[in-house]
Amino acid sequence: MDLRFTDAEIAFRQEVRDFIAKELPAETRERMIAGKSPTKQQVVDWQRKLNARGWAAPEWPKEAGGPGWTLAQRYIFREELQQAPAPSPLGFNINMCGPVIIEFGTEEQKQRFLPRMLNLDDWWCQGFSEPGAGSDLAGLKTRAVREGDHYVVNGQKTWTTLAQHADWIFLLVRTDPAAKKQEGISFLVCDMKTPGITVRPIITIEGGHEVNEVFFDDVKIPAENLIGEENKGWDCAKFLLGNERFGQARVGASRERIRRLKVIAQESMDGGQPLMQDPEFRRKVTEIEVELKALEMTVMRVIATESKRRDKKPDPATSVLKIKGTEIQQMCSELLMKAAGPYAWADGDPDEEGETNDVDVAPDWAFGLAGVYFNWRKQSIYGGSNEIQRNIMAKAFLGL
Amino acid sequence: MDFDLTEEQRLLQDSVARLLGDRYGFEQRKGYMKSADGWSREIWGQFAELGLLGLPFGEDEGGFGGGPVETLLVAEQIGRFITLEPWVSTVVIGGGFLRHGASQELRNELVPQVASGEMLLAFAQVERQSRYDLFDVATTAKRDGDGWVINGRKGYVVHGDSADRLIVTARVAGAQRDLKGIGVFLVDAKDPGVQRRGYRTVDGQRAAEVELSNVRALAVLGNPEDGLPLVDQVVDESIAALAGEAVGAMQAAHDMTIDYMKTRQQFGRPIGSFQALQHRAADMLVALEQARSMSYFAAISSEERNPTERRKSMAAVKVQIGRSARFVGQQSIQLHGGIAMTIEYACGHYFKRLTVNDAMFGDADHYVRYLSDTGGLVAAA
Ligand SMILES: Cc1cc2nc3c(=O)[nH]c(=O)nc-3n(C[C@H](O)[C@H](O)[C@H](O)COP(=O)(O)OP(=O)(O)OC[C@H]3O[C@@H](n4cnc5c(N)ncnc54)[C@H](O)[C@@H]3O)c2cc1C
Ligand SMILES: Cc1cc2nc3c(=O)[nH]c(=O)nc-3n(C[C@H](O)[C@H](O)[C@H](O)COP(=O)(O)OP(=O)(O)OC[C@H]3O[C@@H](n4cnc5c(N)ncnc54)[C@H](O)[C@@H]3O)c2cc1C
Repeated sequence: MDLRFTDAEIAFRQEVRDFIAKELPAETRERMIAGKSPTKQQVVDWQRKLNARGWAAPEWPKEAGGPGWTLAQRYIFREELQQAPAPSPLGFNINMCGPVIIEFGTEEQKQRFLPRMLNLDDWWCQGFSEPGAGSDLAGLKTRAVREGDHYVVNGQKTWTTLAQHADWIFLLVRTDPAAKKQEGISFLVCDMKTPGITVRPIITIEGGHEVNEVFFDDVKIPAENLIGEENKGWDCAKFLLGNERFGQARVGASRERIRRLKVIAQESMDGGQPLMQDPEFRRKVTEIEVELKALEMTVMRVIATESKRRDKKPDPATSVLKIKGTEIQQMCSELLMKAAGPYAWADGDPDEEGETNDVDVAPDWAFGLAGVYFNWRKQSIYGGSNEIQRNIMAKAFLGL
Repeated sequence: MDFDLTEEQRLLQDSVARLLGDRYGFEQRKGYMKSADGWSREIWGQFAELGLLGLPFGEDEGGFGGGPVETLLVAEQIGRFITLEPWVSTVVIGGGFLRHGASQELRNELVPQVASGEMLLAFAQVERQSRYDLFDVATTAKRDGDGWVINGRKGYVVHGDSADRLIVTARVAGAQRDLKGIGVFLVDAKDPGVQRRGYRTVDGQRAAEVELSNVRALAVLGNPEDGLPLVDQVVDESIAALAGEAVGAMQAAHDMTIDYMKTRQQFGRPIGSFQALQHRAADMLVALEQARSMSYFAAISSEERNPTERRKSMAAVKVQIGRSARFVGQQSIQLHGGIAMTIEYACGHYFKRLTVNDAMFGDADHYVRYLSDTGGLVAAA
């Protein structure tokens, strides 16, 4: 057991840090420090810079266009991006659909989709959830009927994040209604410009436009867009969801939020002194710093064992990462809002430019912190809700 | 970064697990507890044979040559079986003072005796007013010729009743709460000036009240004018071992609870089928895994060279371990229902050990305060 980073890994961290310092546009960074999501253009520009450097898909193998990094390097890279803060490679492309195509796709599909994913020539979105299929995803009803060389798809997806930006969607559809729930599902990919697709915005509680409903009305999807075998889509889904949980730890992102929190709590006055001088507030911050340190070690443990696993099944320990990672992030967002006190209360759409309700008496950093707090309640709901994670642990880990 | 154990480490872990698995069942443990010492000399001899008593000492001085990882592995097994022998007192704490504070001559004399099991050590530190502050020392040491004479009272000297030598903190200069002016002294526990009253602690271990009246120290450990850094270092290493012990005990309590949930029937089915309990058990597992991760962090951090950083890291360890231990301990009782309330059932003994473990050298609340007053782990930016 050796828990230190090697000299080569430390040098690699510096290389990543230098790259970010040189290449990341100041506006992108400032926007993210303020707690806002980067704009579409900012995400695309950054992804292309990463791609030009060969770093667009940290987890992909070399053959697929990844850098062929060790697990430690991937971890360091992601941590540095999150801490900067810089946009992460687009998850739908790099951590969801890409790995599924690498794992289950044909050579032709790999050639066709992967390079465009890496360069964000295509923005992908995830069409899994439906009004009647949330946690019980296998209960999905969107129907695909094979007709000659294509599938005809009818149904509705919902909560589709950033579908308004998307060029492509990957979706789960029911191809065999007679089979058992999990056994009649297939994994398709579809061009968003295909006739019959309608995208309608859903506005979330803080006022942002992040999610959508996506309707499929006799949408013709070529049969060659089937990934893996027909009726074996659940394997792809399980594989994908396991990867998704892993990404939820976001240790670097939480560390960046805590750094920010400390700056704000130093500037924010409370009872005639900086809030950071208040022992009670300070102890709350300390409690999450400790949890985060433990989580960081847990992530490393999962990475280390993951690299030795021969089977493709996701490690049930990833549920620990999902639960703790999201709890810590939510706590950070709450303390940031609390630190801003009354100055956090001006409403405004965090993602839109144009009109804001920015208040003159409030410090610049306060605007939007309440919005982030409200928005981040989503973290324990999506990616397999935290209750579902507990079910997984009880069954897969504890055998209850 | 590599979490794999070496072949030797795996052997060490297996051999301790096998010994304790054979010899430390719950009923056997009860027997040891009732014996004269309150623990088993025979098991102690077996520890010596396995090399556990010479674990942290160099092979050149008759030790096992183990580092923080070896200590962690053994400590975890100690926690799994909640053993009663003075391993932490003698080997981790006492051994720590010998390694970091003793002259070569003294090491040559004592290390072989410790490693063979003949020499038991105990750390006399806590005083009536000191609570968790290692620097709050009223016991005095006065220079007398080329030696030191000690007067004062110490309490909660873990395994102080059976110890052959006591390691005593005493003030040589300054006021009671000054950071400077504290010395660490080795004292013969059978010196006529040493009065000991042994008793059992709530978790079934042994401790002693110690009164020192004009006791001449056998030796000084470290710098007699400025011994606090030495105390901090040894305590930090002990915190790492205690973290391992807590993880072992949490794992055992959790396993026991899960097994019980699978067998106990109420409402015509195993209670483990109730989701409310499943989720609680999952949360216990999260707490346990976070604690396990932190015990690894403890092992790395105990070797940190910068003492300020090391203290802060170990404070974080205490916080996580204490929080996890409380949750896992309390819930393992709750999920069992009434049965775990009986002294005849093992679970409660794990809960009690975990509770005492948290309080050793300062509980989680103490270290939250310490860490938050010293800037936390993450720098502002
Ligand atoms: C902001 C946001 C973005 C999203 N983005 C996407 C996306 O891009 N693509 C996509 O496909 N989906 C997306 N989702 C959907 C997300 O995956 C679902 O919200 C999630 O699966 C939960 O489903 P649900 O909302 O229908 O809640 P439900 O499944 O109805 O759950 C309601 C409550 O019941 C609990 N619950 C449900 N079943 C159980 C059980 N068996 N045991 C115990 N408790 C249970 C849940 O934990 C929750 O607390 C997004 C969701 C949000 C909020
Ligand atoms: C100190 C003490 C004094 C007592 N005094 C008396 C007394 O004077 N007279 C008397 O008659 N009894 C007495 N009791 C017994 C007490 O009422 C029982 O302990 C209690 O009913 C729980 O039953 P159990 O211990 O068998 O636990 P179990 O019923 O086996 O429960 C074990 C665990 O499963 C949980 N559980 C059980 N069923 C469900 C469910 N459906 N859903 C979710 N969780 C569930 C419980 O909450 C518990 O956490 C006493 C108990 C104690 C500990």
